[in-house]
Amino acid sequence: MDYKNDSGTDYKVRLEVFEGPLDLLLHLVRKNDLDIFNIPIAEITADYLNYIKLFRKLNLDFAGEFLVMASTLIHIKSRMLLPSIETVEEEEAEDPRAALAARLMEYEKFKEAASILKEREVIQKGIYGRLPLLPQDEDYTIEATLFDLLDAFQRVAFRVEKEVREIIQEDIKVEDRIQEILSLLENKRFINFEAIFSGQTTKRLLIVTFLALLELIRSKMVFARQARLFGDIRIYKAKRELVA
Amino acid sequence: MEKEELKNIIECLLFFSDKPLSIEKLAEIMESGSFDETKEAIEDLQKEYELRNSGLQVLNIAQGYQICTRGEFSHWVRKLYKAETTFQLSLPALETLSIVAYKQPVTRGEIENIRGVDASYVLRTLLEKRLIRISGRKKLPGRPILYATSQEFLRYFGLKDLSEIPSLEEIKPPASG
Repeated sequence: MDYKNDSGTDYKVRLEVFEGPLDLLLHLVRKNDLDIFNIPIAEITADYLNYIKLFRKLNLDFAGEFLVMASTLIHIKSRMLLPSIETVEEEEAEDPRAALAARLMEYEKFKEAASILKEREVIQKGIYGRLPLLPQDEDYTIEATLFDLLDAFQRVAFRVEKEVREIIQEDIKVEDRIQEILSLLENKRFINFEAIFSGQTTKRLLIVTFLALLELIRSKMVFARQARLFGDIRIYKAKRELVA
Repeated sequence: MEKEELKNIIECLLFFSDKPLSIEKLAEIMESGSFDETKEAIEDLQKEYELRNSGLQVLNIAQGYQICTRGEFSHWVRKLYKAETTFQLSLPALETLSIVAYKQPVTRGEIENIRGVDASYVLRTLLEKRLIRISGRKKLPGRPILYATSQEFLRYFGLKDLSEIPSLEEIKPPASG
């Protein structure tokens, strides 16, 4: 598992040459100024396969979807070469390229829609609203979602991973950790998310503790809340403990 | 309540709030003043800011109103406040978002059909950023999850509501060449 701390960095994971096979195909159509409804399939297939070869040569990581599209193109090409049986009966047999053309058209629209969003994003980035005030205790009203908890856990785990060198075998049960978390909450209304993991130095212990916390939340014995989105998470004791 | 007073109270509330406030919310706080009167007061306030070339503006975003800085002064704000200003969405994220925006509620499979690539990673990141939300499950075998855009989506792109994005029919592909 990859514990990345900086949430901004994992957005771009691969070299964005082409977003996918449709993107590449669209690029080839536009580059050669082709009619989308009358694509010279032999030429474009050759062109497309050349790009795949280039990707290989450059050692670029490309998804399997690129190969699926290559086989689709070759399939269309072969269908166009073979005389269709139905043409005798039906005046207009369906062009084997029609489905692909429709997909390209649709994809291009969404690409354009994405660029409209991009423009708005750039404009909006330059406009600032008031920043949230420092949270007060009674502001902790937003229920933290599983994603928030996972994010917070990753931050804790990331920190520990850096510090720990020694591996110790230990036997720790979720049930034990549940009791320990509850005892941490004794005489308190809440504790900080991080405090639950303080002093824990192995990944195994961290994971067991996290599972214990999830179990407590699931059984509604504690609540995880935050004052604002992406804010610190506090673990609150349920007003009335439910007896299992 | 006097019209002028109503407007001033709204200004206070919009100045203080860190998120867009809806007309309903504003009217509720002020107790007096109907929906229409509140709306009129906000619009007056909006015009006032515009007329005196203020550094601030009253924006109509995410089905509410918020006082924000003007874009042309972003340079100065950035000198004061540096955090989180450089983050921008990747192209796959924007493409996926636009598909969700137009086709919502939409399943992962439907998105992948359009983009021709796996969407699970991008969807997860968009969920984490709260730009999309899970709106339910489709009544199909496997009950696939349905995705829709969120309030945060509107706020992030400065949209009043979804009607502000051009319809798919209006979108023309860029001239080839």
